Amino acid sequence: MTMKARVTVTLKSGILDPQGKAIEGALKSLGVGGVASVRQGKVFDIELEGADRAGAEAALKNAAEKLLANTVIENYRIEVTG
Amino acid sequence: MKSAIIVFPGINRERDMARALTLISGREPAMVWHADSALPAGTDLVVIPGGFSYGDYLRCGAIAARAPIMDAVRAFAAKGGLVLAICNGFQIACEAGLLPGVLMRNAQLRFICRDVYLRVERSDTAFTRGYNAGQVIRVPVAHGEGNYIADGETIARLEGEGRVVFRYSSPDGMVDPNWNHNGAMNAIAGIINERGNVLGMMPHPENHVEAAMGRTDGRGLFAGLVDHFKLAA
Repeated sequence: MTMKARVTVTLKSGILDPQGKAIEGALKSLGVGGVASVRQGKVFDIELEGADRAGAEAALKNAAEKLLANTVIENYRIEVTG
Repeated sequence: MKSAIIVFPGINRERDMARALTLISGREPAMVWHADSALPAGTDLVVIPGGFSYGDYLRCGAIAARAPIMDAVRAFAAKGGLVLAICNGFQIACEAGLLPGVLMRNAQLRFICRDVYLRVERSDTAFTRGYNAGQVIRVPVAHGEGNYIADGETIARLEGEGRVVFRYSSPDGMVDPNWNHNGAMNAIAGIINERGNVLGMMPHPENHVEAAMGRTDGRGLFAGLVDHFKLAA
C-alpha cells in the first residue's frame, strides 16, 4: 500500500525571481498573449509507504521544513493525493 | 593554526584552499569527509570550501548543509571555533543556519567568473585583521548564485551591527550598482555571524595568494588568521 503526495515549493512574494522574469520575457517574445508575470517554483512527487494519511502529512511537513523548502525565501504546500 | 577543510562530493576548490593554508600557515590542513561525524581534535579553523556540492541539486548548498559532519561544524561554531565559508561554502553555511540569508541566482542570470574588487569594511575581526578598514582588494569570483538576499529586518541588523565585512566596490572603493556584479542586496559579498567567528563570502581569496597567481590580495585574510591564533596562544 502506498500513497501519492505532491509538495509544491514557491518563492515568497517580494522575493526577486530572475528565472521567472527570464521565462516571462521569453513567453512575451514568443508572442504568447496575456502573460502578466511568471514565478518559477518546484514540484516534488513523493510516494509514501503505508496508508496513514495523518502520519504521511506529518512526514511531508517534516521533509518540507528540513530540506525541500528554504523557508527564508520559499513557501510550500502539501497535498496527499491518493 | 590547525585547519580542517570539509570535503563534500562535488566540491572542487578544496585543493586551492589547502595550498593557500599550507603556504601561509606552514601547516597542511586536514581533509575531513562529509560523512564523518567529528572534526580532528585541536582544530582551530574549519573551512567550508567552494565548488558545486551535490551538483547544486535542490538549492545550492542545501544537501551538503544536512550532511553528518555539519552537526560537528555547528557544535564547533557554537563553542566559538572559527569557520571560514567560501563560495559554495557560504551557500552551505546559510543553508545550515550558521549565517542568515540566502544566495540567490545572480540578478543577470549569468555565471560570473572574473576578478572583482571588494571593500573591506572592518579590520577588527579574526578574518580581516590582515587588512585595513576601507582597503580595496581584488580577488576572483566564480559563481552563478551569489546574489545575497535576506529580509529587511535581517539586513538592517547586519548593517546596524557592522556584520557586512566585504562589499563589492569599484577599484577605488565606491559602492555602486555597476560594480555589484550579482545584484546582492547592499552589494554584500561577505558577512560574519553575531559572535564574529563564522565568515561567509562569495569571492575566493585563496586564489590570490602567491605571485604565480598574478596577485596576492587574498593573503591578508589567511595571514590575519595565523596572527589571530599566534596572539591567542
